[in-house]
Amino acid sequence: MSETLLRFVVVPVAQIAVVIAALLLIVVYLVLLERKINAFMQVRLGPRRVGWHGLLQTVADVIKLFTKEDITPRHVDRLVFLLAPVVIILPALAAFAVIPFSGGSFRVGSVGVRAWISDVNVGLLYLLAITSLGVFGVVMAGWSSNSKYPMLGGLRSAAQMVSYEVPLGLSVVSILMLAGTASLVGIVQAQESAGRWFLFWTPYPQILGLFLYFVSGVAETNRLPFDLPEAENELVAGFHTEYSGMKFAFFFLAEYINMVLVGCLVAVLFFGGWLPVTFGIPGLREPLSNFFPFWGGAGAMLTGFFWFGLKVFLVLFLYLWMRATYPRYRYDQLMRLGWKVFIPLGLGHVMVTALAILVRRG
Amino acid sequence: MFGTTEMQINMGPQHPSTHGVLRLELKLDGERIVDTRPVIGYLHRGCEKLGEDRTYAQAIVYTDRMDYCAAFAENLVYAEAVERLLGVEVPPRAQYMRVVLAELQRIASHLIWLGTHAMDIGALTVFVYGMREREFILDLFESYCGARLTYNAVRVGGMPEEFPEGWVEEARRFCDVLPSRLDEYHQLLTANRIWLARTRGVGTIDGKTALDWGMTGPCLRGSGVAYDVRKAIPYEAYADLDFDVPIGEAGDTYDRYLCRMEEIRQSRRIVLQALDKLPGGEIRGKVPRRIKPPKGEVYHVNEGPRGELGVYLVSDGSEHAYRCRFRSPNFVNLQALPDMVRGHLVADVVAVIGTLDIVLGCVDR
Repeated sequence: MSETLLRFVVVPVAQIAVVIAALLLIVVYLVLLERKINAFMQVRLGPRRVGWHGLLQTVADVIKLFTKEDITPRHVDRLVFLLAPVVIILPALAAFAVIPFSGGSFRVGSVGVRAWISDVNVGLLYLLAITSLGVFGVVMAGWSSNSKYPMLGGLRSAAQMVSYEVPLGLSVVSILMLAGTASLVGIVQAQESAGRWFLFWTPYPQILGLFLYFVSGVAETNRLPFDLPEAENELVAGFHTEYSGMKFAFFFLAEYINMVLVGCLVAVLFFGGWLPVTFGIPGLREPLSNFFPFWGGAGAMLTGFFWFGLKVFLVLFLYLWMRATYPRYRYDQLMRLGWKVFIPLGLGHVMVTALAILVRRG
Repeated sequence: MFGTTEMQINMGPQHPSTHGVLRLELKLDGERIVDTRPVIGYLHRGCEKLGEDRTYAQAIVYTDRMDYCAAFAENLVYAEAVERLLGVEVPPRAQYMRVVLAELQRIASHLIWLGTHAMDIGALTVFVYGMREREFILDLFESYCGARLTYNAVRVGGMPEEFPEGWVEEARRFCDVLPSRLDEYHQLLTANRIWLARTRGVGTIDGKTALDWGMTGPCLRGSGVAYDVRKAIPYEAYADLDFDVPIGEAGDTYDRYLCRMEEIRQSRRIVLQALDKLPGGEIRGKVPRRIKPPKGEVYHVNEGPRGELGVYLVSDGSEHAYRCRFRSPNFVNLQALPDMVRGHLVADVVAVIGTLDIVLGCVDR
């Protein structure tokens, strides 16, 4: 009885708590990282007042948002207005249920603990489904605000997120074909047994796939150069113009959590998840997959966190780098890019991948 | 079955990219602009009326407050107009000093334009880079006259002070640094696909229409009309200095961008030449203590960073101008905005406001 309790209640709840806590912490410091990196790219110093080199700046910002008066404008559709932040953040968090953060395992009593909350055999489908729910929050927020700028932002966002879901899905399809499974753990394991990441898969490296996935991911998360729904220079703050205090913080949080999610997925789908960076040298694999051999499975898990974190960080850094470099696309140009360039490219990519699989099988 | 209606949307006066307090009433069909109506006057402070209420020397202070991004140009044109009324000769050294400062001011003003224009289109970094170089110029102005924005650095008949010690070397040092920084901006924007997509063919206006609207400055030259007051009606020492007037072809936002970028280079050339030729001697002409111009009127124009700055003064022989009127290039250029954005998308309005490079202080006066 107690083992059942441990296996089905205590461990999963602890895992969920750890993931959510870690995510919040990561987001807090991702915001700071963004400000710092942007500042350094722009010959500034960034926040420096609160804490050492501004380390507590975002903590202070969060406290400010918490203690701010919670305003609901009179002209809004109350129920939908209040629901929208919840609708936007829940899918963002729920998506992390299937992300494998690391390999290895350790035992608590008789129960083995892995570094993922659950390993669903339709993991990828689940992810595609749940992330596309986020757009509802945006549309609801834009519509219920009953105000013109948010409405324009909401409409832009709906069009943008729906259009870029397609190339995103297409680049995932070829990964599905390569791995032969929709389980994210299975995908990483397929890369492990193949001995190389899908990014470097022969005879057809998935570089185009990565490009499609990443760019569509940036468009999905509404970041520069695709941040049209909240283009502050045109639409003030886009769909969340009327939100303030904690409700605004939810939108903000969801945006950054989604960024982390895209980072995690790029790492899992293309960079081999928790697998170490070996530069193709087989001898390196063993020592690099476990820095703490004396801890066994827990050591392997810790090492996996490191590699996974490194890859996610690289993707996030690219995000921030792009933000500091590029101007913003215009709405119609974005649509044109999505439908006329990315979707044909994605279709072609899937076909080429299929052909390559045939070639490989001989 | 489904009808669509036009949506009226209010942009400004509190909006991040209307460059101050411009208000636009946009009539939208989806995101497409059917009509625009600029509503101005939120920054009206009666500079012209004040110019009639104060003495000629005092009124220079108010010209600072008009185009606060290029206060020196406004100072200069006003002082020159009064000099013409008085019939005062300005000593050559003062003329060259004026040219140096006016061109530095032009560079500073174009850097603000570049930064804000790029930021409106989403390129955040260019803004900070532009501000970095502008800071250098502001420091130069500060060490010359003590102010960083509203200089009041011209006197009727000359200049208030000599350049302080080491100033000329500092100015040269700035001119040495500038080209490499300009290359940096070009690297970030000129060949950037997104920048091209956002500026090419946006806010196009042909030379004839631009002339019909009375547009001047880079906005006119971007449409291929090579009209520059510095060449057409040379004032101060411009006739002795060698510089080109860059013009565009297509008259779109991108051409205006290239024009202004090239103007920064040309201004740097002028500054260097003027510093080389800087003659010695007096810096103030013979001006009576109490400025009482004879009866008469004068209309005087200069090439400001944003276009043709004009001053119309009527003197009734007293210490105050009977009528003082400024021709603001911003005000005139802004009139073309509805024509330039019709049929474009909301995002383009922001780009066109940026490319017109308006300063509301000067529009409303």
